[in-house]
Amino acid sequence: MEKTTNVLIVGVGGQGVLLASELLSAVAMEAGYDAKKSEVHGMAQRGGVVSSHVRIGEKIYSPLIKEGEADVILAFEQAEALRWIHFLKEDGTIIINDYRLVPPIASMKGFHYPEDPIGAVKKRIKNVKVVDAVSMAEKLGNSRLVNTVLLGVLSVSLDIEEKFWKKVVRDRVPKGTEDLNVKAFREGRGQN
Amino acid sequence: MKSILSGNEAVARGCYEYGVHVATAYPGTPSTEILENIAKYPEIYSEWSPNEKVAFEVAMGATFEGARALVAMKHVGLNVAADPFMSVSLIGAPGGFIVVSGDDPGMHSSQNEQDNRYYAKFAGYPCLEPADSQESKDFVGVALDISSTFDVPVLFRMTTRICHSKGVVQLGERNAYPVKGFQRDPKKFVVLPAHGRVRHPWAVERLHKLRDYSEKTGLNTIEKGSNGVGIITDGVAYQYVKEVIPEASILKLGMSYPLPIQKIRSFARSVKTLFVVEELEPFIEEQIKAAGIACEGKKYWSNVGELTPELVEKGFIEAGVLKRTVAKSVKEEVIIRPPIFCPGCPHRGLYYVLKKLKTVVTSDIGCYTLGVLPPLESGDTCVEMGASIGVAVGMAKAKGSGKGIVATIGDSTFLHSGMTGLLNAVNDKAGITVVIADNRITAMTGGQQHPGTGETLMGEKAKQVELAKICQALGVERIKVVDPYRLEETQKTLKEEIETEEISAVITNRPCALFPAKNRKRIRQKPYRVDLEKCIGCHTCFKVSCPAISESDKKTAKGLTKSHIDATLCTGCSVCAQVCPVNAILQTE
Repeated sequence: MEKTTNVLIVGVGGQGVLLASELLSAVAMEAGYDAKKSEVHGMAQRGGVVSSHVRIGEKIYSPLIKEGEADVILAFEQAEALRWIHFLKEDGTIIINDYRLVPPIASMKGFHYPEDPIGAVKKRIKNVKVVDAVSMAEKLGNSRLVNTVLLGVLSVSLDIEEKFWKKVVRDRVPKGTEDLNVKAFREGRGQN
Repeated sequence: MKSILSGNEAVARGCYEYGVHVATAYPGTPSTEILENIAKYPEIYSEWSPNEKVAFEVAMGATFEGARALVAMKHVGLNVAADPFMSVSLIGAPGGFIVVSGDDPGMHSSQNEQDNRYYAKFAGYPCLEPADSQESKDFVGVALDISSTFDVPVLFRMTTRICHSKGVVQLGERNAYPVKGFQRDPKKFVVLPAHGRVRHPWAVERLHKLRDYSEKTGLNTIEKGSNGVGIITDGVAYQYVKEVIPEASILKLGMSYPLPIQKIRSFARSVKTLFVVEELEPFIEEQIKAAGIACEGKKYWSNVGELTPELVEKGFIEAGVLKRTVAKSVKEEVIIRPPIFCPGCPHRGLYYVLKKLKTVVTSDIGCYTLGVLPPLESGDTCVEMGASIGVAVGMAKAKGSGKGIVATIGDSTFLHSGMTGLLNAVNDKAGITVVIADNRITAMTGGQQHPGTGETLMGEKAKQVELAKICQALGVERIKVVDPYRLEETQKTLKEEIETEEISAVITNRPCALFPAKNRKRIRQKPYRVDLEKCIGCHTCFKVSCPAISESDKKTAKGLTKSHIDATLCTGCSVCAQVCPVNAILQTE
């Protein structure tokens, strides 16, 4: 990794966005890089919009990514992918979890959940990866593995050796689930 | 050893490494996690105090005893603690004393965005501002040294971005410091007017010494650049400056009060143009201009809201320093996701009923403030912690009757600063209704203990105060306890109490659905489901605003969308089932 790499992870409060960015920054530190991550919590738990900025490189100053400067966006939810695409570099990659979370407000007058968020993203962005992480996790026997599967997908887009990812996944997941999580990670990475 | 820490975690680590003995706080975003992390070190006595003033006083007592002490609070918390904050100036801080103010530019989770650096100037204290997690840890040590050397509390000013951003931090070992013991000296510790008159010149002299220190300290450093542009900056603004204009000369102020004016003067001479990039108010800029040094700041960077790298860049483009870059890509308008009550939240039933009763609701600070948002739309005023009761009394007195005026206040907020308001309401014969939305935890900030939870921050069992008994002791004679999951009962009780001329207190009794206190059971009944045969698509259930309720893909003959309940989110509180006009919402077997 020669240049600073910017990763934006987005989703809805409760989906595990903050945990994913926590793991990513730990991976970066393991690999010997400087890393900063930033998000604002407080009201994030209550179904709100969550975005987490992770910046990795030799020396990082700003904890925030500038608009149009993200190398990769990892979106845990379809509409959230669309909300944040203005952060992506022209040649950047966006990974979208094929999952819809329609907020209760969508049933009130004047509020609409976008019809086809993925289609709208594809109209603007060349590198779009759509992943059905929920099905992949369920196939592995636990829907809570979505997070680790997505981390595996993300790892393909970043120039960090696999051993660092695996170490962090092993260190940070609940005891007894290490093997299953590594399997989910490899599944996301496309290696099983 | 290295670790990735948030600014808050780093401050906690700093407290451990630099030998803090006593740490106190009242929870408040963005500062809450400082104490939560300090509590992981048994070497440090830590507590959640009932409010910021008490927290300040406990930490102040510890520094009087010659211990290293820290108190943490959000920016508006310092308003609550302003009395001891100002008065202890004339006493000092013999053991070392850090006052952390977690400011919230951009109001991510606050009612205002006041710039607390002014408090340092107001009281004549040094102000330290870390710009990342490493500094958040290191500055704890520096602040304690300054504090005990100059016998002065140090304002440790952080912002949401610093508190919550994570970065790599080099860890060190714990250094133990002895508690020196209280040195009796009434002329110092007892602020009689006669003593104060002697102490004030002492405090002025102390500030002169701090000015000299500010000129020499490594906290204020110059990074030489190459383009003739000079920038004075502090806190997170420094990081944005480094990012967007790395070739400029920078004077980074780790100590933003008192300013090193001589250093600034010579820095100004060394550059062609001088800018001040600071978040919120022109705190530094005004002082520099008052010293007769030409600079620009707020002309290009607003004093409203949080700075971002984009805004810092935009200011330098407007100033003609940076060239305009290519137009950024367009932002898409996507449906909002406003924060709402959690599934099973006990506030839902209460505010649903209050809306139906069409009363004036003076509300307060906590999760329940969200009751003001649609579709519940219940809550007419909210100012600061504890204001609900006083405001209700004032309205009643101006109107001539307390009938139809309801003050709603959470348990933690009531214990923080609602009790004196209620005492006053009784004394004033205001005739209002006070509802204590008692979920038995400090919920909004993530579930912290208080005197009603029966447990302390350090995990010890504690006495559990009873809110009804407090109300009784304060002189309230009509006290009712209601189950907010039972809408009819809640409505009937509230209606009666609102209509009476007497003052009354109504206390709800269900624990927080998300963070129940340790000694309380999480409410988790069998989830409810929608009987699609019966559902008429009227969407009445949406009016209780529950995240578990959404639209199904089934429609009625008239084309109305039927409802759906997410069984994994539903806690079985039954509130939606009670409002359904056709009994289409049933509990699963």
